[in-house]
Amino acid sequence: MWDYVKLIVLAVVAVLAAIAASHARDLAYLVHMIIFMSAAAIAFLWQIRHMEEAVHNQNEYMDGVVRYGVVATAFWGVVGFLVGVVIAFQLAFPSLNLEVLQGFGNFGRLRPLHTSAVIFAFGGNALLASAFYVVQRTTAARLFGGGLAWFVFWGYQVFILMAATGYLLGSTQGQEYAEPEWLTDLWLTIVWVAFLIIYLGTLIKRKEPHIYVANWFYLSFIVTIAMLHVVNNLQIPVSFFGSDSVPVWSGVQSAMVQWWYGHNAVGFFLTAGFLGMMYYFIPKQAERPVYSYKLSIIHFWALIFLYIWAGPHHLHYTALPDWAQTLGMTFSIMLWMPSWGGMINGLMTLSGAWDKLRTDPVIRMMVVAVGFYGMATFEGPMMSIRAVNSLSHYTDWTIGHVHSGALGWNGMITFGMLYYLTPRLWKRERLYSLSLVSWHFWLATIGIVLYAASMWVTGIMEGLMWRQVDAQGFLVNSFADTVGAKFPMYVVRGLGGTMFLVGALIMCYNLWMTVRKVGEAKPAAAAAAVAAE
Amino acid sequence: MSILDHHKKIETHATLLLVLSFLVVTIGGLVQIVPLFYLENTIEEVEGMRPYSPLELAGREIYVREGCYVCHSQMVRPMRDEVERYGHYSLAAESMYDHPFQWGSKRTGPDLARIGGRYSDAWHVAHLINPRDVVPESVMPPYAYLMDRPITGEYIQDLMSTYAMVGVPYTDEMIAAAPEDFTVQVDPFGDTGGLLERYHSAQVRNFDGQEELTEMDALIAYMQMIGTLVDFSTFQADESR
Repeated sequence: MWDYVKLIVLAVVAVLAAIAASHARDLAYLVHMIIFMSAAAIAFLWQIRHMEEAVHNQNEYMDGVVRYGVVATAFWGVVGFLVGVVIAFQLAFPSLNLEVLQGFGNFGRLRPLHTSAVIFAFGGNALLASAFYVVQRTTAARLFGGGLAWFVFWGYQVFILMAATGYLLGSTQGQEYAEPEWLTDLWLTIVWVAFLIIYLGTLIKRKEPHIYVANWFYLSFIVTIAMLHVVNNLQIPVSFFGSDSVPVWSGVQSAMVQWWYGHNAVGFFLTAGFLGMMYYFIPKQAERPVYSYKLSIIHFWALIFLYIWAGPHHLHYTALPDWAQTLGMTFSIMLWMPSWGGMINGLMTLSGAWDKLRTDPVIRMMVVAVGFYGMATFEGPMMSIRAVNSLSHYTDWTIGHVHSGALGWNGMITFGMLYYLTPRLWKRERLYSLSLVSWHFWLATIGIVLYAASMWVTGIMEGLMWRQVDAQGFLVNSFADTVGAKFPMYVVRGLGGTMFLVGALIMCYNLWMTVRKVGEAKPAAAAAAVAAE
Repeated sequence: MSILDHHKKIETHATLLLVLSFLVVTIGGLVQIVPLFYLENTIEEVEGMRPYSPLELAGREIYVREGCYVCHSQMVRPMRDEVERYGHYSLAAESMYDHPFQWGSKRTGPDLARIGGRYSDAWHVAHLINPRDVVPESVMPPYAYLMDRPITGEYIQDLMSTYAMVGVPYTDEMIAAAPEDFTVQVDPFGDTGGLLERYHSAQVRNFDGQEELTEMDALIAYMQMIGTLVDFSTFQADESR
């Protein structure tokens, strides 16, 4: 019965999308409607071939969707890093904004593609996959909602496709990290609510008495992102047959809401969610319990309370009222403490197991991730001090800061997670090659160091050059002088990014060969692993 | 240990955990955002601000579409070097009709909050066709293709009605006259009385020098008016905000 309802819904969606496509006012909307139509049609065909199939065994974990999530994470990671390398070299060599690509491939359109691909496609899929894996393992329950998890996974991929094609075709509302317009935003909201339902439902039907700490972080990440996404994207479509929309907020309020969103996309998407990852995978890989239970309680509540206040540090010395700027700076500095609480809890989990750093490149990756987290969460509060910010704001220093967090923390912990999950999900006895993991580790680490160091140099240099005055009180440098001076550092940054990308490609090869070539885990080992869960 | 005992209630109850963490994350936003809507000194009252003319609005859409905000801020901070380099520091009122704001976060290129009137139309055309022809050090992408993209203002009335819905004071008269205002702004010999009455100090000329009305016209019309509406020779700043 339920299967027939699904068929009807899918058919209606496909037909409505086809009708809307024929009325499209712009190319982006047309493409989005074709994506909707194709997705609904494919789901319809799949459904019709799988009618009335047996219900899955409730005593088994739902790992198929996690496997897909692992593949999607690796795929979108490579895409996101590749676009990043391309735009890094576009800044060094502007002729790479090719003539034929005008209107699609200029820096201004590729940059949102890069940020979204890395944050929402790579990071988002890593969070989806790990959340689905961790919540099942720590609650000893199968995912709630049956096939809903598949809807969330594929729905999220559709969101990524819509956002990516939208950027290339010029559909953007002009708010950083929230560029998609109304249709894509609505679709993401539906997918996200389904994600929340699955997650909460699984927690409610858990068989463990306590909810493990990783789940607190995942849960707060899901619910906070829902709130931020909805409030920041309140907008009115110009037409139901066009992608264009007008945001409700304007001027000062728009700026405040945007950076309340923007900073907490960092705070909850890239921090709270990934801390959930840290709290599961580091103890598992190190085979040690979390260092301090008490510290995890304190740092969880302090982190989620303080983070949400930090947004206005993106708006120092602007037309935002001073009181809001001061609040933003104060809370940003206080935020240093819970951030380092999390770092200490992650690092100290290795006490008694530090020797594994020598032998296990996967745990090395996770530890370096936490190290970069600690570094970025010290640098951030420092840059939020107004006097520092007056120099650093608008410069490449900010870009360097973001990347030591994104590449170092989010990237490395995700790689560690992928190396942990792949043999387990495909039931292999080990990874294909640990020495390739070491190669990945060193390429990525040196790449990040090149990236961050070059951006520190160029950021501080241009900040100083902009404000330099001579003895008569005249500005010394024209803006163009400062652009010209940055060229060598732009090249170094591009090389650092390339190394990071090559490392990720090596990882993909290694994971692929793990699935293809490594023998199945022996039943005895599998039994031992189950007992250890 | 008592805190830990109490915490047991939260960590054994999923819905409670959800509700409490949601409440905790709402506080900061409520305190920082809500007052901005009712504190009167958030946006100072200044003379001269008006909604964008239809052509300027279309130009702003192109500015957003091409991702100009990714590299250009529109926010002059009140520091000596910025005021000397760009002009008077930006006021909150100057972006009151910007949905969304375009203050930006990065200056890969210079700030544009006072770009209006700084360069000639011909400079802008040359610069947008190939930035390195006029600024050798520039790393900006070329936008020559805007010259070949005719623009008709087909949906401009829908766009303005939507802006009116979110609080921009476009009157019915302005929306009704939008198609004529759209085309007459590039025609120095046209009847521009109505346009200038509705949008004071709107600049009327053939911005890109081509006969056809293109996206280049719209973009330059927008850029030439950014930051020019407030007369800073008579502006008096409030003591504190």
